Amino acid sequence: MALNINRPEPTLFEKSRPGRRGVRPPVYDVPRADLPQEFLRQDLPLPELAERDVVSHYVRLSRKNYGVDLGFYPLGSCTMKYNPKVNEVAARMRGFVDIHPLQPVETVQGALELMVRLQEMLAEISGFQSVTLQPSAGAHGELTGVLVIRKYLQDIGEGQRDIILIPDSAHGTNPATTSMAGLKAVEIQSDEDGNADLRSLQAVLDKYPGRIAGLMITNPNTLGLFEAHIQEICQMIHDAGGLVYGDGANLNAIMGILRPADVGIDIMHFNLHKTFSTPHGGGGPGAGPVGCVEKLAPYLPGPIPQRQEDGSLDWAMPAKSIGRIRSFWGNFGVLVRAYTYIRMHGAEGLREVSENAVLNANYLMHHVKRTYPVPYGHRTCMHEFVAQGKLPDAPDVHALDIAKRLIDLDNAHPPTIYFPLIVPEALMIEPTETESKETLDQFVADLEQIAQEARTDPELLHEAPHNAPVRRLDEVQAARRPILSYIMELQQQG
Amino acid sequence: MSKPKLDPNAKYAKSHEWVRVEDGLAVVGISDAAQEMLSDVVFVDLPEVGEEVEAGDAVAVVESVKAAEDVYAPVSGTIVAVNTALEDTPEQVNDDPYDAWFFKIRPVSQEELQKELDALMSPEEYAEYVEQEGH
Repeated sequence: MALNINRPEPTLFEKSRPGRRGVRPPVYDVPRADLPQEFLRQDLPLPELAERDVVSHYVRLSRKNYGVDLGFYPLGSCTMKYNPKVNEVAARMRGFVDIHPLQPVETVQGALELMVRLQEMLAEISGFQSVTLQPSAGAHGELTGVLVIRKYLQDIGEGQRDIILIPDSAHGTNPATTSMAGLKAVEIQSDEDGNADLRSLQAVLDKYPGRIAGLMITNPNTLGLFEAHIQEICQMIHDAGGLVYGDGANLNAIMGILRPADVGIDIMHFNLHKTFSTPHGGGGPGAGPVGCVEKLAPYLPGPIPQRQEDGSLDWAMPAKSIGRIRSFWGNFGVLVRAYTYIRMHGAEGLREVSENAVLNANYLMHHVKRTYPVPYGHRTCMHEFVAQGKLPDAPDVHALDIAKRLIDLDNAHPPTIYFPLIVPEALMIEPTETESKETLDQFVADLEQIAQEARTDPELLHEAPHNAPVRRLDEVQAARRPILSYIMELQQQG
Repeated sequence: MSKPKLDPNAKYAKSHEWVRVEDGLAVVGISDAAQEMLSDVVFVDLPEVGEEVEAGDAVAVVESVKAAEDVYAPVSGTIVAVNTALEDTPEQVNDDPYDAWFFKIRPVSQEELQKELDALMSPEEYAEYVEQEGH
């Protein structure tokens, strides 16, 4: 008999019974030492439970979860591709698992060999000269990149440059990164074809002479479109004395086809947890290695593993490094998985990954645009596209309603909604290369069914999801007055 | 969707701010159409009093569960007051967008202010602009 996953699961606090416990230690055979009075608290509101209760609680919760191993996950901008299990086999090899980050370097040459080779492979894929594996996520890589740019500019006597230009289609992390690095973000508009607008760019360059530190750009951009003027844009930034940061979130569209360094990008991060199939979204930590051109290489964070003259490997700090960006050597287990993925595919295989990711997205777009508006649908998309969750004959139905109804149909995780911000009611769909035609066809059928329901029974959509562990959540209250723990909820109830 | 409400005494920017002149100061908020597009506002980040701004500078942020958007200064000058009540009750922006002002700017001069106001849209022009944008 299957457990009904929609049955509410009480919290551990509600399951608690006085005196129940998981472990009974043996009788003490040493003298008892009491804690000093000032460290004791009268009140410790922790739940009291048997091991058996705790295990069933968490297993039940896990069954309510949706993950990429369960099915289609077309979450735009996240590249939720299937993660091959061979990655896990490699990451669990004893030689990788049973080592310690503080071990003498001559005893972990195999681990360093993997890191050096991964650096070399990422450099080959991107065309950059040097790579650091330290950053632990995409935004962490962005911060690394912008700090490198800032330090380089200071070093060449251009430290007054304080502005980073960012297209209005960018990921929200770009302006956040800029601000965190102590620089000022200025927005560039998009043109009617979804490209960064060259006139808008030129106007801003003219307005701030001598102040442009650089540009952060995603290519393909978040509309899923290839920036048609990327070379010209990079040239304009370079002519203005700035550097170009590439947001590598969308690398899955161009591997083996275009090397970012070749079009003028100076420094870029890779999302190993997107493009290179390492787990993410609660499934594991990320990794956001950063690659750069030769003149920025001395500023990368370190230490970086390098080959020595005698063939051995050792850590080296780049000459003018911004310093450490993370403790120890990065998320090493993630690096093993990404390395495995690249080796399993080889150069031709990675190119096929990108070709199929783009093919799948265009197949979906072609079918979805018969039912939903696709604002830039006149262009060939790359690995993703942005439709709109608004139907002319069902004006009260919104992207949120469509996303919630997809949960009911139980074939897919809903796509990203309300991003990018420049498309009202955005449904941002990224199928990835790992999905079959049958899966894509089912998704199209589901979206068509929902469009039909929107016209005939909009309330069904407004009240969705009907078939899920929790119904429509009050996102507004959750943001305005968040209740972050059970204790807070008790206090709220008085 | 019903037609967005307008304040007949305000001027409007393309980025959906309204500006009204009260006691020689430029009072700035976001339009009814803007709050409608954003949906329920959950957070407002206001500038510092004393900050000098130029027309077109991003000076505040308004956030809903859907989106975070910059609020731009429609005119130049010095920020002389911010509506801190919005920090605790951001829902005012949805309830009464033309009462829920974000900040007040003391213009460099009244002549300068007038010039900048002339470059903005009248309520009628703004209504047409919103319709054309298809929101």
